[in-house]
Amino acid sequence: MNEISSALLQAVSFGTPILLACLGATVNERAGVSNLGVEGMIAVGALAAFATANSTGNPWLAVGAAIAAATALACVHAVATIPMRANQFVSGLALTLLGTGLAGLLGKSYEGFPLAIHVPEWPFVALAGLLTLLLAFVFSFTRPGLILRSTGENPAAVDALGISVPLVRFVAVLIGGAFSGLAGAFLSLVYRPSWMDNISGGLGWLAVALVIFVAWSPLRAAAGALFFGVLYYLQFRLQGATRFPTELLAALPYLLVLVALGVAGARQAAGHAPAALGRPYLRGER
Amino acid sequence: MTRIETLAQPGHPDVTSAVLSLRGITKRFPGVTANDQVSLEVYPGEVLGLLGENGAGKSTLISILYGLYQPDEGEILLDGQPANLSSPAQALRRGMGLVPQHPLLVERHTVAENLALGAGSAWQPVRQVTPRILELSRTYGLEVNPAAPVHTLSPGEKQRVEILRALLGGARILILDEPTSVLTPQEVEGLFQIMRELRAGGKSLIFISHKLDEVMEICDRTVVLRRGKVVGGLPIAEASKASLAELMVGRSVSFERRRVTPPPGPLLLSVRGLEARGGRGHLALRGVNFDLHEGEVLGVAGVTGNGQTELVEVLAGLRPVSGGAVSLGGVPLTGDPAQRFAQGVAHIPEDRLHTGTVPTMSVSENLALREYGQLPFSRGGLRNLQAQDEFARRMVERYAVSTPNVQTPSRLLSGGNIQKLILARELTEQVRLILAVHPTYGLDIGATEQVHQELLGCAGRGAGVLLVGEDLDELLSLCDRVVVMLHGQLLGPFDAAQTSRKALGLQMTGGAA
Repeated sequence: MNEISSALLQAVSFGTPILLACLGATVNERAGVSNLGVEGMIAVGALAAFATANSTGNPWLAVGAAIAAATALACVHAVATIPMRANQFVSGLALTLLGTGLAGLLGKSYEGFPLAIHVPEWPFVALAGLLTLLLAFVFSFTRPGLILRSTGENPAAVDALGISVPLVRFVAVLIGGAFSGLAGAFLSLVYRPSWMDNISGGLGWLAVALVIFVAWSPLRAAAGALFFGVLYYLQFRLQGATRFPTELLAALPYLLVLVALGVAGARQAAGHAPAALGRPYLRGER
Repeated sequence: MTRIETLAQPGHPDVTSAVLSLRGITKRFPGVTANDQVSLEVYPGEVLGLLGENGAGKSTLISILYGLYQPDEGEILLDGQPANLSSPAQALRRGMGLVPQHPLLVERHTVAENLALGAGSAWQPVRQVTPRILELSRTYGLEVNPAAPVHTLSPGEKQRVEILRALLGGARILILDEPTSVLTPQEVEGLFQIMRELRAGGKSLIFISHKLDEVMEICDRTVVLRRGKVVGGLPIAEASKASLAELMVGRSVSFERRRVTPPPGPLLLSVRGLEARGGRGHLALRGVNFDLHEGEVLGVAGVTGNGQTELVEVLAGLRPVSGGAVSLGGVPLTGDPAQRFAQGVAHIPEDRLHTGTVPTMSVSENLALREYGQLPFSRGGLRNLQAQDEFARRMVERYAVSTPNVQTPSRLLSGGNIQKLILARELTEQVRLILAVHPTYGLDIGATEQVHQELLGCAGRGAGVLLVGEDLDELLSLCDRVVVMLHGQLLGPFDAAQTSRKALGLQMTGGAA
């Protein structure tokens, strides 16, 4: 019994940042903009949170700094892909490289330092849960949610009604960045209260894959994040307990990402992806 | 009614009652004056037909009315007050509604979700907008189920959703951009009924169409544009099809059935028990049998989605056969599209932009797509670009393709010119079988005439033409025999000179025994 509850607690811990980042990516993808820069935005958010917490001792400021830093990075992606219509996948990849590189460079002096303050875990878990419900609600029952979803499906239809497609998409990308920043703050303040290079460790990629795996649904994202959390816990527990090589176990979540994307290929054919995902919008183009 | 008739007089002194007046609208683009001093009035409770060939400036005028373009000169008056329509949002607020030619709807969302997008409240927009949809549906006879996902709707139903959207937005002036081009004859009648209801309700409708029969039936008044200028405006009582066509084209046009069915030639194409699956795995062709003789034009009518697309794809070699036999001139017709082209099969596809051409490639390259590997376009494995461009210039001249030069990417050409490009490539000297799908869809009178002449010219030289079309008037005036496709099977053939539009329409919907 004890074993199961501790397993679940661990799973929730690991699943929370994935869920936060996944919800953010769901918002921007529902508006038709993919952002592969989640990993980079998490890294920048984590560093901003850690540095602010250590210098001010204020966890609120730290979380705020994480959101601001990740949103600023998302803004780069938004400018490149929306008004300038750069390829979203290339821009997203560049964002990941930029974010992780920047966090590694600026975080050099913090390397190995523990966090000076204690930040409780439950507010983050509660927030992730609340945001899940809020997003599910906004998507289904409000006009802003309808506009967001329609922009990802058929931007021309939104444009014809006099609603600005670039504005909707810009806001969605910034929201995606803010959520990634929260995930980063959770990592450096709660999950591993210290600074180390590559603190995100591929978590952003899990989140990106999860978006597709859960078919762009916030509620299913919560279940999927918990599932990845359990997997992660198992991998941790099985280390040493079996003769199964540790490295292979550690690779398990990422293997699952590949499986998830394979499944997603079939899903996409079934028509779950936002129809205009990844396509820049230009009025009157054919 | 009498009021409409008196208002319908051009230059009627009572212009103050106009909901919309355009005064000397001029819009220039580099190299062209798309609208040149266009003035017109639209009154409440009338249907105004806006006519003109492609490139006459109709689209530009609509874009100006919908706030997408700003006129360089002239002014727009709404209810006699100058109006500044600087964005679609502003045009919508001022009571303009546009029903676009191709519906701008989110396919995966329901009808109510699509309508709530523009008109709903922030909170529970779908629940709030549904009663308003039902009320408008009842008032104007716009039948549509608010809970149905849009991708399950027919083209006619999607159009009703677009009309509802304009009405929900408070539109007083509805612009219908070639609304009948995607409809079956029965659906067109339904649309006209709705338009009459709207007119009776005091709305102003601007009806854009190439089809003069429809204009004569539904409009109260017409305004004809040619090369950006208003060249005439006739009350419908004083107009005839011939007079309107002459105004549009600038010369007289004949509407008689000119096709004289030739004596049947030898058997060319024989199709027996043909079966094939569609894109979703269902059996799209269920035992299709027909013969096509040399020099014959065989029309295929039917509501979209009854297997016409699959039939042509199978014959062109783009879709695998799951049963039955096809022979061309007594030899089994097999192989990929290139092998079939070598046997004389030409394909004029439905999607002329993406299937018919590579939009980003030049006119010259698109013209060489079929024969780029042969002399004179290629020698010893190397392409001869001079020969290719030389050929392209000849074809552009011969088919009167309007393009700046042969290096222009084909996507920049108008629909009619893209179609001429495809004809120039496909209709070679050796052509024996022509598969043409909606070859004149969206083309103006001039380009349509040219396409008809080219196809009939090939038939005159002994080629067989399989013409898939939705415009029954076109099929009846062009074809020797017409078959109807319904649920993957053929009905008929019917002799085109004997049957009627109405009889075919009934067959298309399965309404006849």
